[in-house]
Amino acid sequence: RSRRGGTGNTGGTGGTRNGMDAPSAAGLGGADPQLQRFIEVETQKQRFQQLVHQMTELCWEKCMDKPGPKLDSRAETCFVNCVERFIDTSQFILNRLEQTQKSKSAFSESLSD
Amino acid sequence: MESGFGSDFGSDFGSGSGGGGKLDPGLIMEQVKVQIAVANAQELLQRMTDKCFRKCIGKPGGALDNSEQKCIAMCMDRYMDSWNTVSRAYNSRLQRERANM
Repeated sequence: RSRRGGTGNTGGTGGTRNGMDAPSAAGLGGADPQLQRFIEVETQKQRFQQLVHQMTELCWEKCMDKPGPKLDSRAETCFVNCVERFIDTSQFILNRLEQTQKSKSAFSESLSD
Repeated sequence: MESGFGSDFGSDFGSGSGGGGKLDPGLIMEQVKVQIAVANAQELLQRMTDKCFRKCIGKPGGALDNSEQKCIAMCMDRYMDSWNTVSRAYNSRLQRERANM
């Protein structure tokens, strides 16, 4: 199944994005393809890192009671579930937004790529 | 470069470009990577401090007592464990998404 609002838009390492979707890299790297590629890669890596920071913070609130001597298996499962549900939430929001915008023809222009 | 790392790496990599005014993209990329790593470490530290302060410090006293310090130490380790768990889980999810496309 392919979803337009896939993890690429939630800040992942960009399986859904190619060079043509990242015009900023071309502007920053200038004529040097090596630098351009470097910027693309590092930008994707940073998106990943930022989301890990964000999800760790959110899931800590949901999954951690009192910090113990180790991360018990229940807390670990909670963190894994939390990540999955966060991504699901993000995709859900994007998909539903896309649907509701399509039904309002006045707004559909502004959201299409 | 405001980071101390900038000047340390400058002397190691600068000789590679032969001195002079030419900008070596390899040097720039290495310095950028270092800056990014520093920024990520700072971000991690900031969030860890926030979370562990909330978990471990009740009514702030005149100093950090032993139980508070022990709590903070454990909290730091658990936060790192959590961060790694989240990182692995997110990575797995991304790979699964890519495989489904």
